[in-house]
Amino acid sequence: MKKTINQKAWFMVLPVLILVAFSAVIPLMTVVNYSVQDTFGNNEFFWVGLEWFEEVLHSERIHDALGRQALFTIIILTIEIPLGIFVALHMPKRSGLWSSLCLVLVALPLLIPWNVVGTIWQIFGRVDIGLLGYMLDQMGIDYNYTQNSFAAWCTIIVMDVWHWTSLVVLLCYAGLKSIPDAYYQAAKIDQASRWAVFRYIELPKMKGVLLIAILLRFMDSFMIYTEPFVVTGGGPGNATTFLSIDLVKMAIGQFDLGPAAAFSLIYFLVILLVSWVFYTVMVHSDTKDMS
Amino acid sequence: MKINKSALVMSLYILFLMLPIYWLINMSLKTNQEILSTFSLWPNDLTFDNYLVIFTDASWYGGYLNSITYVVMNTIISVTVALPAAYAFSRYRFMGDKHLFFWLLTNRMAPPAVFALPFFQLYSSVGLFDTHIAVALAHTLFNVPLAVWILEGFMRGVPKEIDETAYIDGYGFFTFFRKIFMPLIASGIGVAAFFCFMFSWVELLLSRTLTSVDAKSIAATMTRTVSASGLDWGVLAAAGVLTIIPGALVIYFVRNHIAKGFALGRV
Repeated sequence: MKKTINQKAWFMVLPVLILVAFSAVIPLMTVVNYSVQDTFGNNEFFWVGLEWFEEVLHSERIHDALGRQALFTIIILTIEIPLGIFVALHMPKRSGLWSSLCLVLVALPLLIPWNVVGTIWQIFGRVDIGLLGYMLDQMGIDYNYTQNSFAAWCTIIVMDVWHWTSLVVLLCYAGLKSIPDAYYQAAKIDQASRWAVFRYIELPKMKGVLLIAILLRFMDSFMIYTEPFVVTGGGPGNATTFLSIDLVKMAIGQFDLGPAAAFSLIYFLVILLVSWVFYTVMVHSDTKDMS
Repeated sequence: MKINKSALVMSLYILFLMLPIYWLINMSLKTNQEILSTFSLWPNDLTFDNYLVIFTDASWYGGYLNSITYVVMNTIISVTVALPAAYAFSRYRFMGDKHLFFWLLTNRMAPPAVFALPFFQLYSSVGLFDTHIAVALAHTLFNVPLAVWILEGFMRGVPKEIDETAYIDGYGFFTFFRKIFMPLIASGIGVAAFFCFMFSWVELLLSRTLTSVDAKSIAATMTRTVSASGLDWGVLAAAGVLTIIPGALVIYFVRNHIAKGFALGRV
């Protein structure tokens, strides 16, 4: 759609600007303030320049947390995206009772409060009272997510797959539904294989929504806090201490405001950078589709 | 044959999704003694006591009321301010519009952990700590951008000729917006409201940081109970089941638009 130039449109955006400035810019400036100052209490602050940033960038602890976080996000994306596409391809196409039921049940995990997701899996995985833990134990597999860090990782990954694959499914399903029937008929006439249909019809049509899915899954898995916090509390040891958990420990647990603030800014910038790349690609393909 | 395979895949996936939830419901209907002593796939000794505890104890049901209060406040605030902004983005070009749009999205990317402490200090200093409005305002951080994005996506689908015709017919902007435009994007408003509701409902970190007693959310009540009074598994499971119900109810009404909403209105 061709848009007209109208500078007065700013007035319509103004309420959003004021609100977001209050809830985003003011807190962000507080963080920036802390990141360049030190304090001995009593509300006396003095300037330390970039010291905290240097400390954070050289801190082993944060490197480790970043490494774990990156590994976690990569594993999550490699499982959830293909699995989501696969399930979406099998979603019922005709609308009816079965398709409504599928939609509601598939979407259900997305609406459960995150700490309840944690609680569900905390219970589900316990060896004494949880179905999963009990079964694994009966099969003779040594599984205890509070002591074994490999088990803790598996639990958290399966939990995240359980929680968020549905998002990818729903997005891809919406993309698939927008493909006109004529495309499939044409493919049938050409006797295209199932793979060819997927590769040359379905995948290109899903490209837009897939980018959004990857963007959202990247952002949210990179910010994950509540679920692992409830299930493992970052343990055993530091095995599942992801960036957000580490940050909250640092800022609220130990009250190391300076390093925590510097850490926050770096953290935010990393997310911003990656998301910006995705966003640019997304907008680019968006405009290409339209022209 | 093909239909059967699809049904099989879907059934397996849904089974995977439902098992943990079933287990939670199963536990919520057992006594603590049964939970810890015997392992059974269904409650042998069916009891609703755990639910009774929640409905009679003010610290429990108060948590639900607090959560619903700030969630509704947040939804109303977010959608109200997002409507005119989304209209502006979908209809006009103005200085810095593209940058502004991306900047809004960056707030959706900001990890709540980054904002927890500054929010605590900000709302304490203006005397809003432990009030519903504080949590509602804090959640606008990610809900307003989301609402703008979703609404903009839906508004783009409404042809501009409708606006122009209405103006020619002598409608003022506000009458046009209320009488003609809002009904046209009613489903978009519904989806945006649903998403604001949902993300405010599922969030824990900010609501826990910003409340202590008077406005304590159900999510915070649940995590604190776990750490404080030992492990009352039955009640915890019952509380969990009750938090799932509102979502399950609302989802039915938006099921046909939900994917479009998740795609930020861009399908």
